Amino acid sequence: MAVSLRKGVSLFRSQLCRYRTASCICKKTVHSSAQTDTRDNSGEEAQTHFGFQTVSEHEKAEKVYEVFHNVASTYDVMNDAMSGGVHRLWKDYFIERLGPTPGTTLIDVAGGTGDIAFRFLEYVRNQSVERDIQRGGTAAKGDGETGESLYQASSHVTVCDINQAMLDVGKSKALDRGQTAGMSWVRGNAECLPVGDNLYDAYTVAFGIRNMTHMDAVLSEAYRVLKPGGRFMCLEFSRVTNPLFRKIYDEYSFQVIPVMGQVIAADWKSYQYLVESIRQFPPQDEFVDRIKEAGFKVVTYENLMGGIAAIHSGFKL
Amino acid sequence: MLKITSPRFCEACRSFRKFRTLLSSRTYAVSADHFEDQDEQKSSSGPGEHTWEDFDDPLPEGSTYDLVYPGHIPSTLFQKSLLSVGTAFVAITAPWRGDSIATLGETTGYVALKATRQKMLQDPVGRQILEERPRINSKTIDLERLKTLPECTFGKVYSDWLEDNRCHPDQRLPVHFVDDPDLAYVMTRYREIHDLVHALLGMPTHMLGEVTIKWVEGLQTGLPMCLSGGLFGAFRLRPKQRKAYRESHLAYAFRCGLKGKLLMNLYFENNWETLPWTNSGHSSTWGRLHPLRPKCGATEVEEITRWHIRCIYKERSDSV
Repeated sequence: MAVSLRKGVSLFRSQLCRYRTASCICKKTVHSSAQTDTRDNSGEEAQTHFGFQTVSEHEKAEKVYEVFHNVASTYDVMNDAMSGGVHRLWKDYFIERLGPTPGTTLIDVAGGTGDIAFRFLEYVRNQSVERDIQRGGTAAKGDGETGESLYQASSHVTVCDINQAMLDVGKSKALDRGQTAGMSWVRGNAECLPVGDNLYDAYTVAFGIRNMTHMDAVLSEAYRVLKPGGRFMCLEFSRVTNPLFRKIYDEYSFQVIPVMGQVIAADWKSYQYLVESIRQFPPQDEFVDRIKEAGFKVVTYENLMGGIAAIHSGFKL
Repeated sequence: MLKITSPRFCEACRSFRKFRTLLSSRTYAVSADHFEDQDEQKSSSGPGEHTWEDFDDPLPEGSTYDLVYPGHIPSTLFQKSLLSVGTAFVAITAPWRGDSIATLGETTGYVALKATRQKMLQDPVGRQILEERPRINSKTIDLERLKTLPECTFGKVYSDWLEDNRCHPDQRLPVHFVDDPDLAYVMTRYREIHDLVHALLGMPTHMLGEVTIKWVEGLQTGLPMCLSGGLFGAFRLRPKQRKAYRESHLAYAFRCGLKGKLLMNLYFENNWETLPWTNSGHSSTWGRLHPLRPKCGATEVEEITRWHIRCIYKERSDSV
């Protein structure tokens, strides 16, 4: 594990250096200390949490990078094992709540393996076919290609992830599914996205925001890249409301999930980090306040399965 | 559920490396690059390379790892039980996963490790090992020097064995799920001398050799993972190996295991120059002294076996 830490860290640093000089156009210099190799003037780095550990912000970014570098190859299998396949239902529902129309441009941040991106394209494709049928278009006569491609051509999803290993898994999935049209894959930091202002109709982040060091920077960036009227949506693990259910869920999380990680992926520590990081994430209402602070309006949330996951939504108005 | 005797499963098991890793707790397909990075490795990945406790790095605040010894991962009894069940399933269905065999050994070995530690404490050399806690890896052993030792010394035999079987002392996985640091050291020592035991008993790393060694280790330490490995591993033997197993190897394993000296009490590192293989009437060349080859002048496997045990374990016990 330490060997991969070293390799992961050197990858992380070298990628950040290249990225910073080549493509960062973020006006706000909220580069976390992870992106610089020097410490601040006081000589001490700000401390943050990595699961239940207290580490410097610089270390957290590196450790998170290492975690996802290690889990990338077994990410989807472990998601299915840990949630019993329910994460697929959550993601389906998430896209349904987003309700994208054909022609939407989406940026999916921390979406390395492409789960949200594929669902988005599927949804938009079904919408185009349906719309075409309703208008008595060529699809109704059995030739669905013209109608679909007309609407689908303008729908696009940009998958952005800081971790190259996760992006590679996503790209190979796209090839396997034959679904490479309408997708682009960008390596970048959510705290300083390598894209311009006011570009996207929708911004999604699924099960990624709790791993990010500076959540406020991420939310500000989300605000920046969305078009006016654009929608921010976040699917994330959250606080379970019912106390008894929360106890059962906690026991399952701490007793079973790291064991599953060790048995299936030979990696206890990454999955221990996962369950601890869920507890460190702010509860639903607090997160709503943070989203509002970034400038979003009409901020709402919806609990899934009693609060195990929650969908937060806000608009740039 | 994959059937044990299904052709697909046998196909999967047929490659040399996969057979070898079935019963050993070594990492799979480690490349040379891995060893070069060892210098940069921090001790938090496992116990220190030179000594048992190398707490070089300060532990992160709030971390529960590495508190008892470097590499320790705390776990409850429920988690250990779940781990045993899960890794047992993986060990049967995916035998090339060395990490699951290692974890299975750690979670099921508490009683056996305690008993082994007691046996070690009753022997002066065993006590010395428990006190000094020597490690066996590329940093503590000068592999280049072993290559230069004279023929038939234990060091040369070990060095040749490593080369013939393409093994390396750094392939051992660190111990994670044993909560007592003494028992964790006993487990680490058991893993690290596995290759040395192979060399000592003249067993290559094919299926038959691994099963034989597992029996020896199981009978001496009592570890459930070794005993079940010996028992179930025998089912995987091909007909020719099965014949040899029935006729000679199993008996040899039982004799070494039950009557031989406890291998955990041998201080291998102090005995590289020891010459256990020279004896009257037998050639001193390692190849011809393979205990189960009838070509070295004796006609009975029994005789070779008796001589082997006598030489290595009992009569030489004063030098080790």
